[in-house]
Amino acid sequence: MASEAAVRRPGIEPRMVAWLFAALGVAALVVILAIAARTGAIGRGNLVYDVVVDPFVLMAQAPDLLVQTLWEGLVSGVLYALIALGFVLIFKASGVFNFAQGIMVVFAALTLVGLHEKGVPALVALVLAVGVMLVLAIAVERVVLRPLVNQPDIILFMATFGLTYFLIGLGELIFGGNPKQMIARQLYLPQGATDAAIFGGRVRFQHIDIAAAAIASLMIATLAVFFSKTRIGRALRAVADSHKAALSVGISLNQIWVIVWFTAGIVALVTGIMWGARSDVSFALQIIALKALPVLILGGFTSIPGAIVGGLIIGVGEKIGEFYWGPLLGGGIESWLAYMIALLFLLYRPQGLFGEKIIERV
Amino acid sequence: MRAPDSPVVAKGDALLAVENVSLGFGGVKALSDVSFDIRKGEIRAIIGPNGAGKTSMLNCINGFYHPTDGCITFKGRRRARMRPHAAARGGIARTFQNVALFKGMTTLDNLMAGRSLKMHKSFFWQLLRHGPAMEEEIAHRRVVEDIIDFLEIQAIRKVPVGKLPYGLQKRVELGRALAMEPELLLLDEPMAGMNLEEKEDMSRFVLDVNQQFGTTIALIEHDMGVVMDLSDRVVVLEYGRKIADGKPDEVKRDQRVIDAYLGVAH
Repeated sequence: MASEAAVRRPGIEPRMVAWLFAALGVAALVVILAIAARTGAIGRGNLVYDVVVDPFVLMAQAPDLLVQTLWEGLVSGVLYALIALGFVLIFKASGVFNFAQGIMVVFAALTLVGLHEKGVPALVALVLAVGVMLVLAIAVERVVLRPLVNQPDIILFMATFGLTYFLIGLGELIFGGNPKQMIARQLYLPQGATDAAIFGGRVRFQHIDIAAAAIASLMIATLAVFFSKTRIGRALRAVADSHKAALSVGISLNQIWVIVWFTAGIVALVTGIMWGARSDVSFALQIIALKALPVLILGGFTSIPGAIVGGLIIGVGEKIGEFYWGPLLGGGIESWLAYMIALLFLLYRPQGLFGEKIIERV
Repeated sequence: MRAPDSPVVAKGDALLAVENVSLGFGGVKALSDVSFDIRKGEIRAIIGPNGAGKTSMLNCINGFYHPTDGCITFKGRRRARMRPHAAARGGIARTFQNVALFKGMTTLDNLMAGRSLKMHKSFFWQLLRHGPAMEEEIAHRRVVEDIIDFLEIQAIRKVPVGKLPYGLQKRVELGRALAMEPELLLLDEPMAGMNLEEKEDMSRFVLDVNQQFGTTIALIEHDMGVVMDLSDRVVVLEYGRKIADGKPDEVKRDQRVIDAYLGVAH
């Protein structure tokens, strides 16, 4: 043992060597391609050139466009991260993949807008919408989780499907199925846009986007600290780890579930407001919640940092992909690129970037 | 810290009394008509062959199972059924046969989780993680650090417990139970799977907890040497029935106990 340790030089691992070679390979490829492009050996119309060289030339030539694309990717990335966080919280605490998270976004936003349409002042409607999410959390705990405790995960997953269709029906019944305008102005959310001169071009920052990024970031940070450093956060992780042990130290599962679903409801409400203000409030909004799925696969289902990083990668990745590589495929790749990235990830790292490693003892 | 309305039980009086408790799962009777008491300040052992109903008994005491018949009196309050939350609040802490820890969390966080019930600052302050909530966090951290010193596990404070060897996990689990400052501590085979040295350490901790903090302990253990050395009184179960109850010496000489353990020639 001792001699083996002496032979192995410290700090150099086979893995690092592999990475080094990979990096060298990529660098060599870039140099070769650059020379080929310079000398005119390959040019526009050549597939290799269009895929590997042209987009980067475009980025370098118009950095302002790149900044604009990155910014838009960042904003949707932060919102994706927020939605993913809603999933992670519930998954960690109750082991349930909450399919209803998407419809909760729609339902929360609809409640807010619907109440305002019925003549309730905007801020009162906001408070009432929060109240409705609390009632929803308590109802879910009482009616869905408690009777199904100790059932297999797939049963609980199916129950969230049921919840989804229940909420769709309830939402349509009360507020109707037509798309609505988010009451952004009445909630004092900023309107308009600022143009900034960057790299000789102009980059447009929508004020609502700035607000969305700021509020979502703040919320993510608060939740991350809350769930890692406080009593309730510890209790949440405890419940996630072992129901039996959590019960024995006097943690109430029911209380934790209500807190978690309520938090997920608040996250849904904020996402609904922000995303609703950028487009409008309709049932189509639940599609964006499905974008959280690739985010989760990328970041790992159990990791809060994973949700954040995954959200940013997907958000920025799909905007950059759409803008620079989209035209090659006739556009519209934004709608499926995220899922492709997730699929590749599933093949090579099924636990995600930050998820707990999946070890199954046989 | 005990609830203001609960009566104080003097040393030597019954802290907990089990009366005619039966427990059935469908057709299987795990416990039938078991009665015994646990006196304040004593170490009470529950022994018996495998499947005798020892763990079921502990599960009834801390509210995981509800007896189908009979009732349990704890600190003068008689209950047919108790929820685990209420048991923990009343001052009953426990460890498990197959270690139930929060594996992803550090030793420190596991022990802090044991203090959940003692921390009362509101959701709002915790959200801010400032002011009263922070002071509370610090005060409880101090208690937890004392327990860590007591159990001599300083070196593993920040290690996720899933990575610890089995013997240390058992010790952390004891620590988490102690963090609840229980009046009654239920230990389910605290020395199972340990080597001699670890067993001696654990025995010393059990005795110290009993003597220094005056904690009443109910203990399930298979190692007869340990049981005879540690406990003040022993109750013996077989096939869900009580077959003996008394001081270790008396129980050791009881013919039914000898038969239960060694088998009878038919």
